[in-house]
Amino acid sequence: MTAITDSPNTARARRPQSGNRVLRWLRTNLFSSIPNGIITLVLFAVLAKGMISFVQWGIANAVWLTPPNDSSACRAARGLGACWAVIPEKYRFILFGTYPFDEQWRPAVAVLLFIALFYVSTRRAWWRRELIYFWIAALALISVLMWGGVFGLSFVSQDRWGGLPVTLILATFGLAFGFPLGILVALGRRSKLPAIRSICVLYVELIRGVPLVSLLFMASVMFPLFMPGGFNIDKLLRAQIAIILFAGAYLAEVVRGGLQAVPRGQYEAADALGLSYWRKQRLIVLPQAIRHVIPPLVNTFIAFFKDTSLVLIIGIFDLLTTAKTAIIDPAWQQFSVEVYLFIAAIYFAFCFAMSRYSRSLEAGTAR
Amino acid sequence: MTTDSPRPPPRRTFSLALGGPQLKGLLWQILVVGIALAIIAFLWSNTVQNLSARRISTGFAFLGREAGMPIADSLLAYSPKDTYFWAFVVGVANTLRVAVIGIVLATLLGTLIGISRLSANWLLSRLAAVYVEVLRDIPLLLQLLFWYVLMQALPAARAAWRPIEGIFLSNRGLILPSMPIGEGQLWVLGTAAIGALAFYVLRRAQIAQQMRDGRPRPAWPFALGLIVVLPALVSWWLGVRWTVAWPELRGFNFVGGLTLAPEYFALLIALVTYTSAFIAEIVRSGIQSVPRGQWDAANALGLRRSFMLRQIILPQALRVIVPPMTSQYLNLTKNSSLAVAIGYQDVVSIANTTLNQTGQAIEAIALIMAVFLTISLSISFFMNWYNARIALVER
Repeated sequence: MTAITDSPNTARARRPQSGNRVLRWLRTNLFSSIPNGIITLVLFAVLAKGMISFVQWGIANAVWLTPPNDSSACRAARGLGACWAVIPEKYRFILFGTYPFDEQWRPAVAVLLFIALFYVSTRRAWWRRELIYFWIAALALISVLMWGGVFGLSFVSQDRWGGLPVTLILATFGLAFGFPLGILVALGRRSKLPAIRSICVLYVELIRGVPLVSLLFMASVMFPLFMPGGFNIDKLLRAQIAIILFAGAYLAEVVRGGLQAVPRGQYEAADALGLSYWRKQRLIVLPQAIRHVIPPLVNTFIAFFKDTSLVLIIGIFDLLTTAKTAIIDPAWQQFSVEVYLFIAAIYFAFCFAMSRYSRSLEAGTAR
Repeated sequence: MTTDSPRPPPRRTFSLALGGPQLKGLLWQILVVGIALAIIAFLWSNTVQNLSARRISTGFAFLGREAGMPIADSLLAYSPKDTYFWAFVVGVANTLRVAVIGIVLATLLGTLIGISRLSANWLLSRLAAVYVEVLRDIPLLLQLLFWYVLMQALPAARAAWRPIEGIFLSNRGLILPSMPIGEGQLWVLGTAAIGALAFYVLRRAQIAQQMRDGRPRPAWPFALGLIVVLPALVSWWLGVRWTVAWPELRGFNFVGGLTLAPEYFALLIALVTYTSAFIAEIVRSGIQSVPRGQWDAANALGLRRSFMLRQIILPQALRVIVPPMTSQYLNLTKNSSLAVAIGYQDVVSIANTTLNQTGQAIEAIALIMAVFLTISLSISFFMNWYNARIALVER
């Protein structure tokens, strides 16, 4: 409690002090009062102890490389140091799953394409119609790379895909279809037509009211029941559909918030110009609404990217599942912490980049 | 994104209005409802055919049959001989056990971290920021598996860690001392609850009086008397004995005390730490939303800090905090369904087992939905009520 009451007013209460700048910085930021000084010292002690044991475990005593398929060095260091050797040993399986070994350059290129796609989509200068064509082209190219079967690439069926590309596919296609769906549902929810409105409300509330896990179970168990006999679609596609429906419901709520923020006068002006409903939405309302909610949209994307990991529960080989499978190997079984830290770093890199971006957007819109 | 620039001048077009806007609206609705009904009819007829082809009966009659599934960790008494219905109830209890305790702990931890982020202490605020950033950007399921692996890597029961006397941490989970609650204890606790209620009523009357004549009235003697002294008297009168059951290691396992199984403990840690990162941000933004002038004014009046926080800052911050907090509570509850990944048997996990055993997918999923919709609606009902109470009344 003392800490928070300090924040808004101590800065002014402090008088400029003579002396070294470093000392002054320490005084204002770490030792401004006796309780603050105690907090600093305790935290510093805890932090130092934590850092020392982490450095001992993760760097000093760690095993970085072992001969292929030989974990004896790691087992000798168990309890003392990390076994990073499991990463070079397993990284191709973790990143690409059971995709044919010699063809793994294809998912690797697909991953790079995804990253390029995300990068381009974040540049404001690129926010125009051409971006949509670019998305279509990139997603088509990724499909060709992953499936093959044309241009002399050998065909690789979906059940051999795995790892990072699957995570990125689930997230990106989920967004690419979920976003337009979300916009339609948000518009429907604000519609004056009662039947359309209630269908949209029902859809959003039902999907948001239940855990994603149960939607995924539904996709994996109930979907075959829903389809005509003999018609069976792939497990990955079923999970993808569940994820699109899930994303659509969440994005619809974000977009709805934006729609509510568009002033009434804008609707009235569009009506006065005699625009039809769809032209009014497309030209006047949606651009403003979406601009309002770009930061929360990015936050929804982050949440959604993380949530794709739940497909582990229905046995789809995304990044988390390949990591978990990689350490079933008895020789490396004991080193799951290292593997989890490795993929945590991958997830963190993607999500942190997005959250940094969201923050810069917030700073930009707050002008 | 699909943002068109609003620059091109609006062109006049023919609108395909078939008569007035009412007619058009009606046609649109008929179209959409028609499509929705067609999809439902298509799925329905397929499902009926598939069910009969696979000889799966429908209906909830299976709930009365013997479940035969083991449930390792439960609050309520359960044996595999019990019915599916009872297994479901046990699952719901397990879900609530994680969700309720998780919500309380996540709120406490999140508030602490959110306040730390605003601290003038550079080290403290930086550490809080790193905590929030790291936990928010890693999938919960990954964190859950991570904690579970760590729990399993703990020493065996014999070599259990004892951070404090009476508390054991081993690969069998966390073992805490417990206090057996019998009839006498219930009487005392009931008295304390009635005392708390009486104090609440009394305090409201006191505040109403203070509003009239402006004289503050002390609250603590009544609180002490009604909530502490009165139950203590009842306890003494009835001769209730408050014993603590200390766990001890006998043979290969622990006897006495309260055991939190590794699955439950890992799930609780993961949910609490993950959600607390989000709550910390909500608390921070809530406190920051209070205008600086309010702090300055309170300082100028020379108010005590605790009074200032309690009476001026927090009431205003809560208006910003409560609505997003509601969705965090809902998220935590829904996320507890990840339990299925580490084998803690919450309602989703039990429904899934039921589904695999009986094939009655529709009923099992319907039960999951019913349970979560009920929980969600109760949480949002309560939080909306609370929100309405604290909302700004503008005149």
